[in-house]
Amino acid sequence: MYSSHKGGALVKIEVTINGEHQSHEVEPRMLLVHFLREVVGLTGTHVGCETSLCGACSVMLNGEAVKACTVLAVQAHGADITTIEGLAQNGELHPIQEGFWECHGLQCGFCTPGMIIAAHQLLERHPKPSEADIRRGIEGNLCRCTGYQHIVDAVQYAAAKMTA
Amino acid sequence: MPVSKTVGARIKRREDPRLIQGLAHYVDDIKLPNTLHVAILRSPYSHARIGAIDTDAAQNLPGVKAVVTGSDIKDTIGGIPCAATDPEGFPGIKVPHHPVLAIDKARFVGEPIAAVAATSAYIARDALDLIEVDYDPLDAVNSADAAFADGAPVLHEDWDDNMAFTWQIAGGDIDAAFAEADHIVSQRIEHQRLVPNPMETRGVLAEYMRGKDQLTIWSSTQIPHLLRTQLSIMLDMAENHVRVIAPEVGGGFGCKLNVYAEEALLGHMAKTLGQPVKWIEGRRENFLHTIHGRDQTGVVELAVKNDGAILGLKYAVTADVGAYYQLLTPAIPTLTGLMLCGSYTFQNVQMDLKAAFTNKMATDAYRGAGRPEATYLIERMIDIAAHDLGLDPLDVRRKNFIGTDAFPHETGTALAYDSGDYTAALDRAVEMADYDALRWQQAELRDQGRYLGIGFSTYVEICGMGPSAAMPAGGWESSTVRVDPTGKVTVLTGVSPHGQGQETTFAQLVADGLGVGLADIRIIHGDTDAVQYGIGTFGSRATAVGGTAMVHAMGKIKDKVIKIAAHLMESNPQDIVLEDDKYCVQGAPESGLTLAEIAQVAHVGVGLPPETEPGLAESHFFEPPNFTYPFGTHIAVVEVDADTGEVELQRYIAVDDCGNIINPLIVEGQVHGGIAQGVGQALYEEAIYDESGQMLTGSFMDYALPKAHNFPRFELGNTVTPSPVNPMGVKGVGEAGTIGSTPAIANAVIDALKPFGVRHIDLPLRPEKLWKLMQERNDDSL
Repeated sequence: MYSSHKGGALVKIEVTINGEHQSHEVEPRMLLVHFLREVVGLTGTHVGCETSLCGACSVMLNGEAVKACTVLAVQAHGADITTIEGLAQNGELHPIQEGFWECHGLQCGFCTPGMIIAAHQLLERHPKPSEADIRRGIEGNLCRCTGYQHIVDAVQYAAAKMTA
Repeated sequence: MPVSKTVGARIKRREDPRLIQGLAHYVDDIKLPNTLHVAILRSPYSHARIGAIDTDAAQNLPGVKAVVTGSDIKDTIGGIPCAATDPEGFPGIKVPHHPVLAIDKARFVGEPIAAVAATSAYIARDALDLIEVDYDPLDAVNSADAAFADGAPVLHEDWDDNMAFTWQIAGGDIDAAFAEADHIVSQRIEHQRLVPNPMETRGVLAEYMRGKDQLTIWSSTQIPHLLRTQLSIMLDMAENHVRVIAPEVGGGFGCKLNVYAEEALLGHMAKTLGQPVKWIEGRRENFLHTIHGRDQTGVVELAVKNDGAILGLKYAVTADVGAYYQLLTPAIPTLTGLMLCGSYTFQNVQMDLKAAFTNKMATDAYRGAGRPEATYLIERMIDIAAHDLGLDPLDVRRKNFIGTDAFPHETGTALAYDSGDYTAALDRAVEMADYDALRWQQAELRDQGRYLGIGFSTYVEICGMGPSAAMPAGGWESSTVRVDPTGKVTVLTGVSPHGQGQETTFAQLVADGLGVGLADIRIIHGDTDAVQYGIGTFGSRATAVGGTAMVHAMGKIKDKVIKIAAHLMESNPQDIVLEDDKYCVQGAPESGLTLAEIAQVAHVGVGLPPETEPGLAESHFFEPPNFTYPFGTHIAVVEVDADTGEVELQRYIAVDDCGNIINPLIVEGQVHGGIAQGVGQALYEEAIYDESGQMLTGSFMDYALPKAHNFPRFELGNTVTPSPVNPMGVKGVGEAGTIGSTPAIANAVIDALKPFGVRHIDLPLRPEKLWKLMQERNDDSL
């Protein structure tokens, strides 16, 4: 469905997404975020700007938070990907998800999956971040609803729980 | 409100589990088999005649199913509607036809020219490159001044000029006020054009079922019912064969309170192509072709006495409304006029508005919608008057406040402010800020060549929109409350929340009102086939108006439940109370009945009191008797870096009064987000078109949305002055932060630069502007 005159021959890629091995044929030009949303069917990762400026499309790619709107699906060949759908385990929310819920870290929810992924990366690098660390750490992610304060609270909640 | 268990509590939102796990369904997350993907070709010129459009190559691209141009649909899709063109309100208003796809002439960059439907979004976008359009570019009109200049190019050639409409409001005796004044304080003030930018852009999915002649439109909208009505008119379909669904909606801020070209176009294409069609707006498209906000420029004159008493205000203003009207375009600046008196006693007021057609996207409702302009200009003028008279801006505010005993207060613009205690909010904010210490600190830092500024905003706003007589398309709201045989409660509400959390706050009201657990309550909204007609979510109205409709419907349910309970317990209805989730004789909950037990009787239909209908569902349509008027005091503390011009927001204190509070956690979130958007206007955001009408700020690279590190921790306080307009005593809080914050920041920055002789600077207060200003003038005090 994604082939066209400009698309070129389909390329086979193999990826592990949220722990599940998958194999698909894609156009070389297909973006990772469209691959996840349209081919794999994981729609929790959102497209907010298509220019890597808003962060709504953030996913973990081999342990690094990336903006999936500016990564080609073929570049993810052989990679291990975690999306928002892969954070909760056995029906238990991830502490960051729990923090967002407890602290009202979201309103419309559209930036939230990307924001949670960015927070995930931040807490891996800085398990005990200061408020300034958090505000700088999520500067690649835009939220238009919350004014960020409750997001900061949510990350602090998660940091406390994850280092307890 | 009676003392209760959940109302007033910091309850975490019931919406969140789906949103934090990636399990929500926004428009683009809804997948229908066989869907075609639509891409829109948009005008690259701000003003151009359109000649031949060659679509052959695009049509022939494999995967392309259809290419549609303006001439294909001009007789089958009606114009894009505007609900605010009543010539009684706007004498002589020019109402141009607003086509879904441009015909003959393009009037702004981004105006839709043609649409492609293809088997994938990538192919549809490829096909756009293959469409050839003959454009004959024309000179552009890029501002209201340019629109009114002699010899200006005329956008709509049915008329001789670009004057879209004029509007005036006047109250009191303005001439007498100005004659009596010691000073006339005058300032030209710009309210720059803004782009709302919800994180979810717009999007439409349309499906037509030929056998049932039913068109279903999923749209990221704030007004599913109003949209259904308008689409039925545009597409010439019976309204009861059109279904609009607002699924999960990722923010709106007013820009989805509208009817857009794509909504009708996709409906038409689904019908003619016999396949579902989907269009998801790109961010650049959103910048170009989703409504903008503000864009007024005017001269304000304030008549004042030497002691700071304000006698009157005149505002002569032009609004740059863009090339066409969207749903409410002309109405927005009229809200500015209504709120010009702010929280002050003066009655003599006059606003003369001229609105210009320009080669830009239409302006319309953006968070605050006309009121931020009013608040900004009156709050700025108070500071300018204080500056000119050598008074403390705080003292000028206190002197002119409407007294606490003066409510309801009729303004010079014929509004009736419902309730208020402006001094209490101000006192609380001043105490939180430790104002005297701040002034002392400011003086100390100035001696060191550092520029601290303190800015106030003592706003009042108009919410709970609103009485139908004052609204372009109905101001009431609806609710149906249904109780299932098993006691589960379903609320169908006509409002259409998209981040505001009414699935939680409404459930809190139901839990307490009917005596059921939160988990047993479901709030359904946004589906016109499921929900009775409603108006939607905007103007901070969902709880004040929609919540009230629900409370009344719930009251009818409760009356019936009590009647049945009394019958079953062989008691009198007036002796039955709700205690510990049991309907019982007072003090005896152990022998009472639960809602589920009573609901079962109501549905089995045996054992009911005489002349009682079976079933348990009630509706209410609530017409609000008045608007509500939240208010508060915001204080910003900033430091301007003398070397870079950068503004550091050091403290932000907000004391808001939105009446009674159902969920403080959600109210805080609304205030935080509102403040952030107002700060965005004050410091960063501006939609800029160049002389040729090209938008220079069409991406997040060029249009600066505030980020997390731009803010300190907001310091929130509140006072509670219940509204008498509804039984809950609520006022609304969706826009307060935005309305209050912009002037507080501006006043703080300008206060910081007082040593440079600065009296006013137009927004946004970006470093370059401030740096240049500091370079041009010396700090004479040093």
